[in-house]
Amino acid sequence: MQTGRVGKVAQRFGSVFLVAVIVTAGPHIAEAASVDEHVQAIRAVGAEGLGHAEAIVAVNELSRGKSDTLLPILKAFDDANSLATNWLRGAFEAVAERAWKLSHTLPTGELEAFVQDVARHPEARRLAYEWLIKADPSASDRLIPGMLRDASPEFRREAVQRLLDRAVKTREDQKSAAAIALFREALSGAIDDDQVKAITKPLRELGETVDLPKHFGFLTEWYLIGPFDNTDKRGFDVAYPPETEVDLAAKLPGKMGEVAWERHVTEDEYGVFNIAQKTAPHKGAITYGYTTFTTEALRSIEFRLGTPNAWKLWVNGELVFGRDEYHRGTQLDQYRVKAKLKAGMNTILIKVCQNEQTEDWAQDWKYQLRVCDSTGAAVLPSAAGVKTSRLER
Amino acid sequence: MRTKSTLQSVLLVSIGLVINATFAAAGDWRQFRGTDTTGVSDEATLPVKWSATENIAWKASLPGRGLSSPIIVGDRVFVTGSSGYRQDRLHVLCFSSQDGSRLWERQFTATGRTVSHPKMCNATPTPASDGQRLFALYSSNDLICLDLEGNLLWFRGLTYDHPNVSNSLGMASSPVVVGDTLVAQVENDSESLATGVDVATGVSRWTMTRPKRANWTSAAILNKGPTSDEDLVLLQSSEGLAAIRPLTGTLAWNYKEGASTIPSSVVSDGVVFIPSQGITAIRPPQGSANIEVLWRVGKLGPATPSPLVYQGRLFSVNGAGVVTCGDTKTGDEKWKLRLTGPFSGSPVAAGGHLYFFNEKGEAHVVKPGDEQGELVSTNSLDETILCTPAIAHGAIYVRSDQTLWKIGTN
Repeated sequence: MQTGRVGKVAQRFGSVFLVAVIVTAGPHIAEAASVDEHVQAIRAVGAEGLGHAEAIVAVNELSRGKSDTLLPILKAFDDANSLATNWLRGAFEAVAERAWKLSHTLPTGELEAFVQDVARHPEARRLAYEWLIKADPSASDRLIPGMLRDASPEFRREAVQRLLDRAVKTREDQKSAAAIALFREALSGAIDDDQVKAITKPLRELGETVDLPKHFGFLTEWYLIGPFDNTDKRGFDVAYPPETEVDLAAKLPGKMGEVAWERHVTEDEYGVFNIAQKTAPHKGAITYGYTTFTTEALRSIEFRLGTPNAWKLWVNGELVFGRDEYHRGTQLDQYRVKAKLKAGMNTILIKVCQNEQTEDWAQDWKYQLRVCDSTGAAVLPSAAGVKTSRLER
Repeated sequence: MRTKSTLQSVLLVSIGLVINATFAAAGDWRQFRGTDTTGVSDEATLPVKWSATENIAWKASLPGRGLSSPIIVGDRVFVTGSSGYRQDRLHVLCFSSQDGSRLWERQFTATGRTVSHPKMCNATPTPASDGQRLFALYSSNDLICLDLEGNLLWFRGLTYDHPNVSNSLGMASSPVVVGDTLVAQVENDSESLATGVDVATGVSRWTMTRPKRANWTSAAILNKGPTSDEDLVLLQSSEGLAAIRPLTGTLAWNYKEGASTIPSSVVSDGVVFIPSQGITAIRPPQGSANIEVLWRVGKLGPATPSPLVYQGRLFSVNGAGVVTCGDTKTGDEKWKLRLTGPFSGSPVAAGGHLYFFNEKGEAHVVKPGDEQGELVSTNSLDETILCTPAIAHGAIYVRSDQTLWKIGTN
């Protein structure tokens, strides 16, 4: 049982809450705080209820504000954590809804300018947009077409869909070249697999080629080594030699004898590395995958992983995440892991663990990993190809 | 000075809730399987026959998807939903129970993982209410507290706090409110916990580690007296059933003989019926006594729907859609009735009838007797229904992804 800090915070409010109200609530209640102070209180919320005492007061006050507080609330999204942005969203919607019900007016000019300010938080811009179009539905036609590569996945999706609809219509009109151009343009912004599929199929029917691994940013070349022992799933917490050093020339003791790194390439369009097929369908086993990724400058990225197996992921020798879940399904972008890449070559190591379940549906031993930005758009290595091989250099 | 003012203001926020809590009433259905988590309502008369166009008081459109049950507090119906390509938009909606008009909607953004089995979605757990506040939990483990007017009181992200608390198939456990504590059970193969949250502040009074195993069951409440002070919350898992004191999270007793991870336990007349090795009926320990196993019947083991106890009989639905009626005193089988499944939601009961909604949107109304169960009617709403219905104030409430219905007359 954990109590500690959060328990003490809870005690601060205590079971005598209402009794305390009667005792302490008097004519000199809260001194007036500014919108900015309320916003700062909300931006301070953190894990485990951190900052709730102040934020509860702040969101209550903010929620009772007038429509001139809408823009300050939206601006407060910038650099706020995802808990705080939800608190801010709650206050925004309370204010916006009341203003809308009272007068059917919202500050449309300010909202539209905010939507167009791409330096602002994507979720705040989207929130502003959704209320803007209540008051001015025509804003959709003005704004969405320019959002093909927006930082908001929802804006991108709508922009892609408009192009896709036009492309389909153009193709129906037998204008193949124009349709191809529209499909290509739509693909350039598409990040959602259903839309990518809806674009790729007609493009290929029209004789075009589409490089899906490149579009999604899948890592398709890996060095694999294994199997290491994972009997009774105990290997998940065992640091086998690749976790401390990757030497592609090394021979290491594996589960059934000496093992060595071997280079593999997947031809799967969705970057799936089927370990069971590329090596052997071992049970109670672990394989490590190693590759590199080169960038020109320090940058934040997301690794997006799909696997039905337990896994750990290291970047430049540092563990970024791990999860010991087996055979609860797999799908594209099943896991999203934020990471920072340094300028130059980055090393990526993945540990993929297979358990000993015997059911037909528990035999998969595979993974797919891609590198993308926060929207899901591919981040490609700065040099052509993924340089995995120290042996080749 | 600032600290004092802040505390005073927080207190005022709460007293405002008390003053404004004019909606709550007896006969509410405030959480999964009702306020007391039994699936049974005291309503004397309910509709037993309807269609998409008959005996429907109203229906309302819903956004996105949702498997969660509606809950009813006074004259308001609350429903959650999730939408977007990534299921990361969280919806909380409030409707008038009188005419189905949408009174307000709030939207939030998931902070935890939103992936799930295609049949499930982010809005799978049922929200709960203490009569003043609404607590909406999602598969992403985002926990939202609003007042009944839609004003945000606090927001927690349990996966934000504990990044490995998630399930690639989705999470389904619904939270329960007991007194001033909301108990949320979030369990999976990698990291599992239960936490007791102070409803006023959103801060956890306690957090405990739970068995590392995927678990979609919801807690039941064991009422031990006229007030909630002595109530216990029953947390089910693959290991069994742990009874905890909601205010402190301390263990009162622990049944350790294993249990299902999908259908949930139910309590009736102080006896706990656990989906364990079929159904195991236990009498909780009194004082220093041990748990008393009253009976155990393998044939009564339920599939997805939780068992229901009504009028001294236990009802369990298997994977073939067959309802088995058992004697709650002995576990002896009394009769079987084959219905058309499959069923995702759990049955509910009121007014002398049992209500089984299958996934096709057909509701089988059954009148249970001593010797047999009589299928009174089968009523279709022509939409996929995966939720457990709610019963309140003379009506049945049920939802699909797209629609919320009030079945009954105004």
